[in-house]
Amino acid sequence: MPQTRARPLNATRLWAHPLGWSVLALLVLAYGLPHTQPLFAALFPELPRPVYLQEPMAELLWQHLGLVLLSSTAAVTLATSAGLATTRQTGQAFKPLMETLANMGQTIPPVAVLALAVPAVGFGEWPALIALTLFGVLPVLQATLAGLASVPPAVLDSARAMGMSPRQLLMEVQIPLALPLWLAGVRVSVIVNIGTAAIASTVGAKTLGLPILTGLSGFNTAYVIQGAVMVGLLAIATDLAFDRLALVLHGDRQAPADQPIKGRWS
Amino acid sequence: MISFQRVSKCHEGVAAITDLNLHIQAGELLVLLGPSGCGKSTVLKMVNRMVSHDGGEILFNGKNINGFDVQDLRRRMGYAIQSTGLFPHRTVAQNIATVPSLLDWEPRRVQARVKDMLTLLAMDPKEFSHRLPHQLSGGQQQRVGVARALAADPDVLLMDEPFSALDPVTRAALQLSLKEIHRATGKTILFVTHDIDEALLLATRIALLKQGRLVQVGTPLELLQQPANDFAADFLGRSDGGLKQLSLRPLAPHIKALEGAPALHTISHTATLKETISLMATHRVSVLSVVDDHKAVLGQVQAADLLEN
Amino acid sequence: MPLSLVQRCNPVLALYLALAMGAAWSLPFLRLAPNRLLTGEAIYLRDVLLPHGGQGGAAWLLVLAALLCVAIGLPKNRAFQAGVMVAMACSLAGAWLLAGHFARSVTPADNMYARTTLGSGFWTLCALAWMAALDAIHRLQLSTLQRLLLQGALWLPLLLLLHAGQHLSIAKEYANHRDVLLPALLRHLQIVLLAVVPALGLGLLLAWRMTRVPPWRTAVFTVLNVIQTIPSIAVFGLLMGPLAWLALQWPSLGHAGISGLGMAPAVLALLMYALLPIVRSALAGLEQVSQGTVHAARAMGMSQRQVFLQVELPLAWPVLLIGLRTALVQTIGLAAVSALVGAGGLGQIMFDGLYSAANELVMLSVIPIVLLATLADTFFKVLGALMRTPTK
Repeated sequence: MPQTRARPLNATRLWAHPLGWSVLALLVLAYGLPHTQPLFAALFPELPRPVYLQEPMAELLWQHLGLVLLSSTAAVTLATSAGLATTRQTGQAFKPLMETLANMGQTIPPVAVLALAVPAVGFGEWPALIALTLFGVLPVLQATLAGLASVPPAVLDSARAMGMSPRQLLMEVQIPLALPLWLAGVRVSVIVNIGTAAIASTVGAKTLGLPILTGLSGFNTAYVIQGAVMVGLLAIATDLAFDRLALVLHGDRQAPADQPIKGRWS
Repeated sequence: MISFQRVSKCHEGVAAITDLNLHIQAGELLVLLGPSGCGKSTVLKMVNRMVSHDGGEILFNGKNINGFDVQDLRRRMGYAIQSTGLFPHRTVAQNIATVPSLLDWEPRRVQARVKDMLTLLAMDPKEFSHRLPHQLSGGQQQRVGVARALAADPDVLLMDEPFSALDPVTRAALQLSLKEIHRATGKTILFVTHDIDEALLLATRIALLKQGRLVQVGTPLELLQQPANDFAADFLGRSDGGLKQLSLRPLAPHIKALEGAPALHTISHTATLKETISLMATHRVSVLSVVDDHKAVLGQVQAADLLEN
Repeated sequence: MPLSLVQRCNPVLALYLALAMGAAWSLPFLRLAPNRLLTGEAIYLRDVLLPHGGQGGAAWLLVLAALLCVAIGLPKNRAFQAGVMVAMACSLAGAWLLAGHFARSVTPADNMYARTTLGSGFWTLCALAWMAALDAIHRLQLSTLQRLLLQGALWLPLLLLLHAGQHLSIAKEYANHRDVLLPALLRHLQIVLLAVVPALGLGLLLAWRMTRVPPWRTAVFTVLNVIQTIPSIAVFGLLMGPLAWLALQWPSLGHAGISGLGMAPAVLALLMYALLPIVRSALAGLEQVSQGTVHAARAMGMSQRQVFLQVELPLAWPVLLIGLRTALVQTIGLAAVSALVGAGGLGQIMFDGLYSAANELVMLSVIPIVLLATLADTFFKVLGALMRTPTK
């Protein structure tokens, strides 16, 4: 039992927490956009159409979320199984390969993967999905490997000496101890995905990036701002949600201090 | 209980252990002693198959250890190491309960056992059960480590330099605790150390190793009085071997009746000869009064008497 | 315990070999199209080898396969690993050579529209060859510096034979667009440097302040973390409005090139993004400088500034380099996105290629971006490795 439990998220506390506020703001803006017409008309008097109405913003939000969820689930599943496979005897030989792939993810920008998916698969939702999944795999793979490596060798040693089978070792020692770093990797992957999914509008996917791109090509700053605020709010809300998840999953245990210094990829 | 027969091990072309023949009797505390790199940790790890041996046989209760299922074998042996290896994500109670849980003991029995173990290691169950390892001091962590090793009532307790990383005061306290536990439970303990004084204090028998070979095995007194070769004599203390012998011999047989008024300085009747001489040197006297646990005078002891046979 | 078969040989290389054989057989090596709009007919490796290279080409492949099989069985033999590495480097060049040779032979001299594009088979085989080479280099177990050198040397045969592929469509696209690619590359570099260099200075200043004034720590990190969370496209978009408004209020700024579109929002946003890794690593670096050294320096009579410049900074430098590397690589990637707000650079070419379905153009812009990022990453890794060598 962890020493500090996360306090349950009941209804009254939800609105006092920044997570509650950001989700609220997101939903209000998504569904209430048409009603903000007077506000934007006042801010941008020179624009004939100050509010993005070509597609319902709420629909774009759900499509964006859907794309992110689908690709992230696939990416996390793939990456975690690949990372865990390196702990097995047969998987050991593949560890250097996994590490190389994971490191590659830190140099190749996701835009590149997105762009390269198009010649391979064409326009639309599919290259976006493939690119997002492929790119989402790398941070999670790196985090899984790092998490497994962060388990102190003395703990592994004594667990084995106590007679734990390899499976028990994995389930009871390695996974719980690798969890903080792994979760940090998943978090990075999902947040990067949210950004890349927005850019995916350039290849034909219908996401929250569409108002931004429409605004950019049509010199409509209002559209750009509306799209940008939605994407930004979504990212912040997701980040806060992960904060909460981390608290629930591993309480006061921090991820080890020597994490690789993470950067921004999209 | 454990027999090494012509055991050898090669590691990357270099012979780590050569022709080891050693028999460990049930109930004894055998210390594997030697300089760094002599292979003592390797010998220990061969017993629970953390390290495989290349030649010879190792028998556990008469049966070859390779014939056991490796996990079953390990669950019958306790293992305590220098860095404790406590699970950071589990409480003290959960750590101690690890092997009993692996053996499918019923929960109530496990809980009772955890309490017993903590009490055995002089830790209050109420205070410590729910703490996490990082909230404990080094000495407390090591106590939990030992408790965890003893939890499932193993046949053998394997200890690899468990107290070496602790400060001298904590180390001394834990050594005494271990000695007490050995006396109380009668467990077979295999203990690795490079510290001669620790070995002399704890061991019923010492096996001295050098570069993978067994140099000598015997009781501490035997090793001090009849070292097999120069190395043994040197290692055990050529210049203060005599003092080391004195640390193994109790005062009691040398207590004489009082002659005249009791001496000013007193010594407990349970002290060793080394402690007696040390006290005499401190106060620059040659006679001390011996007192019992209630400070009543039992007799006296003189410096000359101590050096008698 | 006796090692299983899998543990005694090299399963990774075996996997690559199996995949390569599958790819060579079933994926098109090249595509031949009469013009830009059609996908083109698939040409397989066997079609390329047999008529044109004859038995020689097939024989070479068999020798290669044999070498790889032996290397699979002897994972610890360093000579074979080196052999695999050399063979893979030559394979990369060889594949390019084959493709170029084939393209030259099928393209009529006067036809401007016929195109021979590199197919998925080609890319897959190249990727597998590269990964096999990396695996071999890893098994050689060298120092970091030597490993990085070899990883770069892999590409030498290919680079030397680059002109052999001049009849391939990708080379033709390059020839057509050479006059925009180079300026785009320079522009890209300009954006990156304009963002990273000030970020370095600002980041160091902030980190210094944060070590002296604790409340700054939480404040700065909170702000930077929020910025890092928001996707770049959103930040670019959000900066447009205020910058456009600024340009309106002060026309002189507009003349200097600062406006809602173009380099201004890009560089500003990239600067903010680069701050977090730099500040974090600068802080970590400064904090690991032992207080004893700092005290000694102060006791010797150095001023705060001298202590910082002459003692703390040099000692913090190695850790700072890690953050600088991250910032640089990240900025190179993000600068591609900034093309959306009109900043230009390689990203512009990439999006142009995407919109006009010119796959080669996309490739031609993405490869330099990836190369730049990899070069920057490798440069800093080498620097780090050099700094870690103990002074004798």
